[in-house]
Amino acid sequence: MVLQLVMAPNWCGCGVASANSTKISTNAFKMSSNRFNFSKPYPGRAYRVTAYYSLTTPPYELDALEPYMSKRTVEIHWGKHHNEHVERLNKHLKTSAFYGHTLEEMVKATYNNGSPLVEFNDSSSVWSHDFFWESMQPNGGSMPKGGVLDQIEKDFGTFTNFKDEFTFAALSIFGPGWVWLYLKKNERKLAVAPTQNAISPLVWGDIPIIGLDMWEHAYYLDYKDDRSAYVNNFLDHLVSWHSVMVRMMRAEAFVNLGEPKIPVA
Amino acid sequence: MALRSVVSRKTLAPALRHYRSLTTFTLPDLPYDYGALEPAISGEIMRLHHQKHHQTYVTNYNKALEQLDAAVSKGDAKGVVQLQSALKFNGGGHVNHSIFWQNLKPVSEGGGEPPHGALGWAIDKDFGSLEALVKKINSEGAALQGSGWVWLALDKEQKILKVETTPNQDPLVTKGVSLVPLLGVDVWEHAYYLQYKNVRPDYLTNIWKVINWKYASEVYEKESA
Repeated sequence: MVLQLVMAPNWCGCGVASANSTKISTNAFKMSSNRFNFSKPYPGRAYRVTAYYSLTTPPYELDALEPYMSKRTVEIHWGKHHNEHVERLNKHLKTSAFYGHTLEEMVKATYNNGSPLVEFNDSSSVWSHDFFWESMQPNGGSMPKGGVLDQIEKDFGTFTNFKDEFTFAALSIFGPGWVWLYLKKNERKLAVAPTQNAISPLVWGDIPIIGLDMWEHAYYLDYKDDRSAYVNNFLDHLVSWHSVMVRMMRAEAFVNLGEPKIPVA
Repeated sequence: MALRSVVSRKTLAPALRHYRSLTTFTLPDLPYDYGALEPAISGEIMRLHHQKHHQTYVTNYNKALEQLDAAVSKGDAKGVVQLQSALKFNGGGHVNHSIFWQNLKPVSEGGGEPPHGALGWAIDKDFGSLEALVKKINSEGAALQGSGWVWLALDKEQKILKVETTPNQDPLVTKGVSLVPLLGVDVWEHAYYLQYKNVRPDYLTNIWKVINWKYASEVYEKESA
C-alpha cells in the first residue's frame, strides 16, 4: 500500500484548509532496522494510525447561502445526509479492498463500468457533496469573467445558452441525480450533463467543473416541488465562479485548451 | 369477401386511423381529505404529493403517450424506443400513486387495522407474523438508496407473498410479470421530507397507522381466487 501524505484535493482554493485529511496507515509499511523502528517510532506509546474519511466543512457558515438555500437545509443536507454517507463509507472501508485509496480513485474504480460495487454509492456521494458545497459561495451567481466566460461563450455560444442548457438538463432527470458542467478531456470543451443517483463525470473520465445536487433533499424544504426556482437561484445567486476558475486552471494541467489570447502590441 | 378485394389495405388504413383515439389519463381524486391522515402524514405533504407530483406524472404521461401515438403512426421505430423511459417513469408514477392513495385510509375509517381473513393467514404463513412483515418492509424501505417504492406483492404463479423494492417509478411488474401489488409504500423524499426530514425510518414506522389493509385484502382475495 502506498504511503500517502495527502490532503484530499481541495479545489475551492479559497485559502481555507478543509478538514478532510487522509491520515497515513503504516500497517503494511515495515522497515526492519535494528536501531529505529519506523513502524513504532515511539516505543511505549499506544497509538494506531488509520486512513478513514471525515466530513469536510463547507467554506462558509451554514446560514451564509440564505435566502437561496436556508440554514435548515444546509444543516440537514450536510450534517445528516452528507455525514451519513461519510459514516457509511468508513464502515465499508473497514473491510474493503479500497481502503487507503483516494476518494477520486475509489469512485472511478468502484463504478466498475456501470456495475457498481458496494462502495460506489457512498464514496461517490461523499466526493460529489464535497464538490457541491465548494461549487457555491455566498453572493455567488451573476456572471463569470475573463477566461471562464470566454470558454463558456466558446463552447455554448452565449452565457444565456449555457444557463438554459444547464437548467434543461437539471429538470430532465428522472428521479434523484445531479447536473454537471464538466470539461470533456478528449474534445477539450465544456459540456453539461445530467446524471442519475450518485454518478459524476469522474466515472467516465472527465473533469467536473460545477455540480448541482438535484436529489429532493437538496431543495424540498426551501422550494417544495418547484425545481426550476431552485436551479435558477443556484445559477443566479449561489454558483461560485471563483471555484470554477480554480477548477478550470487545474484542469488546464491535464487538458490543452489552446493558446491564450495575448494581444499583440 | 368481395369488399375486401376492392378496398386495399392502403386505402383502408387512413380511414381506420381516423377512428382510433388516444386514451389519456386524469388525476384520480383522493378518497379522503388531505389532512385526514394526520399525524402520520401531514396535510401539506398529501396536498403537494397529490396536486403537484402525481398531477405532473399524469400530465407528462399523457404527453409521452401523444408522442408515442405519433411515432407509432409514422412507423418511427427509433422514436418509439426513445420514449420508453419517459413512459416508464411517468406512467409508472401514475400507476404507483393511484395504488398508493388506495393503500392509505384515515384512522377513523379503518386505517391501521390489521388484516384479517385470507390475507392475514397468508402473511402469517409467508412471514411468520404481521410484525415480521412490517419489520421487513421497513428495513428494505430504509435501506433503499435514492428513490423508489417498497411493495407487499402477491406472486400469482408461486402463490406466495413477497416484499419487493423498485427504483424510481418502476412499477412492481418490472420485478416479475406475475407480481400483483397489494401495498406500496412511497419512499421518495417528497413523500415524507417536509415532516420527517431525513429520518425515513420514522415515516415508515408511522405510516402503518394509516395503512388500508382492507384494500390489500380485497386485492389479495380477488387475485388469488
